[in-house]
Formats: sequence, C-alpha cells, structure tokens
Amino acid sequence: MRNTLRKIYIALIFLFLYAPILTLIVLSFNDSRTRAKWGGFTTRWYLSMFRNQAILQALTNTLIIAFLSALIATVIGTVACISMQMMKRGSRAVIMGITNIPMLNADIVTGISLMLLFITLGLRFGFMTILLSHITFNIPYVILSVMPRMKQLNPSVYEAALDLGASHIQAFFKVVFPDILPGVLSGFLMAFTMSLDDFIITHFTKGPGVDTLSTKIYTEVKKGIKPEMYALSTLIFVTVLLLLILVNKTPSGKSTEKRKLQPAKQ
Amino acid sequence: MNKKTLAFPYVLWAAAFIVIPLCMVFYYGMTDTTGAFTLENIITIATAEHAKALLLSIELSFVSTLICFLLAYPLAMILTNMNVSQHSFIVLIFILPMWMNFLLRTLAWQTLLEKTGVINSILGFLHLPALEIINTPGAIVLGMVYNFLPFMVLPIYNALTKIDNNVINAARDLGANGVQTFFRVTLPLSVPGIISGVTMVFIPALTTFVISTLLGGSKILLIGNVIEQEFTQTGNWHLGSGLSIVLMIFIIVNMVIEAISDREGEHTSL
Repeated sequence: MRNTLRKIYIALIFLFLYAPILTLIVLSFNDSRTRAKWGGFTTRWYLSMFRNQAILQALTNTLIIAFLSALIATVIGTVACISMQMMKRGSRAVIMGITNIPMLNADIVTGISLMLLFITLGLRFGFMTILLSHITFNIPYVILSVMPRMKQLNPSVYEAALDLGASHIQAFFKVVFPDILPGVLSGFLMAFTMSLDDFIITHFTKGPGVDTLSTKIYTEVKKGIKPEMYALSTLIFVTVLLLLILVNKTPSGKSTEKRKLQPAKQ
Repeated sequence: MNKKTLAFPYVLWAAAFIVIPLCMVFYYGMTDTTGAFTLENIITIATAEHAKALLLSIELSFVSTLICFLLAYPLAMILTNMNVSQHSFIVLIFILPMWMNFLLRTLAWQTLLEKTGVINSILGFLHLPALEIINTPGAIVLGMVYNFLPFMVLPIYNALTKIDNNVINAARDLGANGVQTFFRVTLPLSVPGIISGVTMVFIPALTTFVISTLLGGSKILLIGNVIEQEFTQTGNWHLGSGLSIVLMIFIIVNMVIEAISDREGEHTSL
C-alpha cells in the first residue's frame, strides 16, 4: 500500500516535469500553423526546418557558443583549481567566494552588469559579447565540479612523480589529470548544458542580427512560434536522450574489468 | 611553473567579468545621467508602481518556494529510500528536461493550461470544472514551480543521502517512533540541503521576467519585468541599476544565511 502510494507520487511528479516536453513533441508533428488546434499528423516541419536559414543560423550560433564557452571555461576553471589547491586557505576562500557570485546572483543582475561593462568598454554587441558572458557564468560550474576531485587527490603522488624524474608538465598530465578527469568532463557537460539553455544573460548581451535559439524563440513568442522550432527541439532532445542511453549501455567500471579479466584466464 | 602565474588567468577573468561589472551596477544605480551622485534611483522602489511589482514578486516567489519545498521533500525521501544504485541517474532525470529549451517548455504550459487546452479538455471529458489559471498569478506560480523544482529536489536529496542510516536506527532503538525520528533526526540533519534549495528557488523566482511574460499575459508586472523594460525599452540604465541594487539586497541576505548554515554544517560534521 505504502509502496503504491510512493510510486503514484513519483509518477505524478514526473508527469508534471515531462508533460510540457511531451506536448512539444506532439506539436512538432501537428499539421497546423497554430498550436491551438490539431490538424493531423505530419513530418513536414522536420523537412522545412532544414530549409529555414534563420533557424539553422541560430542553431549554429547556439552550438558554437555552447561548445567554445564550455571548452574555454573548462580550461580556465581547471587551471584555477590547480592553482587554488596550492594556495593558502585565506586567498582560496576569497577566490571561491567570488566564484560563487555568478551562481548565487540573479541572472538578470549578471546580465545587466555585463551589458553595462560592454557598453562602457565600447564593445560591439554580438557573437563575442555573448561568448564572453557565457564563459563567465560557465567557469563556476567547472570549478565546483573539479574542486572536490582535486581535494581527494593525494599530493604525494605528484611529488613522487617529480622525484622519479618527471617534469612538472609530465607529472600533471600523467598523474594528476587522469584522476581529476571525471570532474573535468562533468564540469564541461554541465557548462555546455547551461550555455545551451541560457536565455536571460544572452538577452542582455546579444546584439542585433545575432540570435541563439533562445533569443530567437523569445522574439517569436508574440507572432507565434514557428512549428519548425518544435521539430528542431524535439530532434535535439531525442538525440541527447539516445546518446545518454548509449553511454549508459556501454559497459563501464566493473563490467570492463570483468572483460579484461576473462581473456587473461583463457 | 609558479602558482601565481597559474592563478593569474582566472583571477584576471573574475575581476574583469564578475567584480567590475557588479561595481558598474552600483555606479550606475547611484548616479544620474549627468554622473552626479544620487539615491533617487534606489528610492523609486517606494513609488506605488514599483513597490506593487516588488511585493507581488516577493509574494509569488514565496508561494512557489513553499510549494517546491512541500513537493520536493517527500520526493527526495522516496528517492533516497529507493536505494538506486546509480546516484547520477537521479540527477540526470532532473537535468534532462534542460535539453529542451527553457522558453519552449514554459510556453508548452500555455497549450496545456489554455481555456480550450489539453488539461481543460481532459477535465471536461471527466465532467470536472475547468481550470482557468492562464494569464493569472496562479499560472506564474505554476511556471516557477515547474522550472525550479529540480533545484529544490537535488540539494535535499544530496543532504538526505548523506545521513548515516545508523543514526536513524539508533533513534528507533532508543524508542522514537517514525514521526519523532523524522522531526528530531532526519529533518534537522537535512537543514543545509533545505536552505540551499530555498536559495536556489527563491532568487530566480523573485527576479524572473520570462515566466511572467510567457504565462502571465502582458498585464502582470514583476520587479524583473520592470528592470528588463528599463534596460531594453526605456533605456534608463540608471533607474534599472538602482532597482537591481534593491534586488541584490535580497540576494546578499540569502548568501549570508547560506554561508552561516554552511559553517554550522561543518561544525556538526566535525
């Protein structure tokens, strides 16, 4: 009885979380220009999407910005973690405090603060200003994901590598880096996701003529969203879902160890 | 390689893109168009129009945070008890929706909530009274709860999984019943998670302008809408910055509360 209640509760929450997604997927197959009525099943939006230059351009911008900002944030964030590990407690606390600001601050305040900075610097609003802003709000996600791994690291291992004749760079890439890699990767993925889903900060730091998917959707809200947009986001969502299932299916950890052991026995 | 040169890129970045921009918000908020010092921009929060927007924002974000907490706590407890082997799987289920654009997901609620929308069709079919909340504060609260619920579930879930089962068993051995164990052991030990969840829901809900635009029609103005309009339509950056300073007061209070709870958390864990 109690178990059934629990299952019903979880099912209801997931219905709540995934109902809008299901709605969008259904709308992407709707043969009607308005979302208000169902006009029959069609796949034509999936075809016309590839002929819509504006949507494709917004998609390209979104992906390039997400990839570049996640990559640059991962490099800067990881290097920052390494240096913080060697710092005194006090200065580390100051840097971590500043790192927390973009996480705890409201997006709208982060957005306008960057907008004011770019105006003062006289930068032209466009691709670069969006990229700089995304790197800025992505770095904290990388640091918060790499730092715990860094703390688990045994410093003597690095010193041992140095004693055994490795250079600093060799010791880092052969000893330290493999240990923190899971943190670095999840930081990168988190940053990529955050950049992809961001609207508010992009809204304040973008220039005319440059759009990401989010800002394009926002300008379309009043005129009505083009059905191609539903098709595109369904495609993105399904791709990610399939990738995640694939990653989970590929044997990792224990199962790979087993596979390695078996041929050895033969 | 020197540790100072390694720290240099990030420190420089943080100074240029985090610290200086925030100082600029304060500078613009406390000056007028001629550059002279004034508190006028901050004081306008007391005018009827702005105060109304701020109070409505506080009210709606408070209600949303409360609903998020009431929904998330039982959910986090159930998830903890399920003993899922993959901790990351739970996190994934809540992060996955983010891969569908946030604006589209929120817009989908229009389709679901409309007078002739999906939910009302189902309710009509079951001969139940129709739900008329689209373009009302109720729809905004629903949008907030929908968007920010994961930020409440995950910290509470993390806090609950860290509680040692032996502590719970000890309470039961010492004669506490289920309710007593919950209120005197589980709940107090999960307070750090609750505080971090509350912060992560309350601040975005308080400052949003997107959810109110998409689900509240164009008539309901939250403080976020007022600030957004000052920047993108009216072009009065000084006034917009002044109102942002007011928002930052709430954010700083939240940060302080979280910092204190963090320190206390460390104490108890020692």
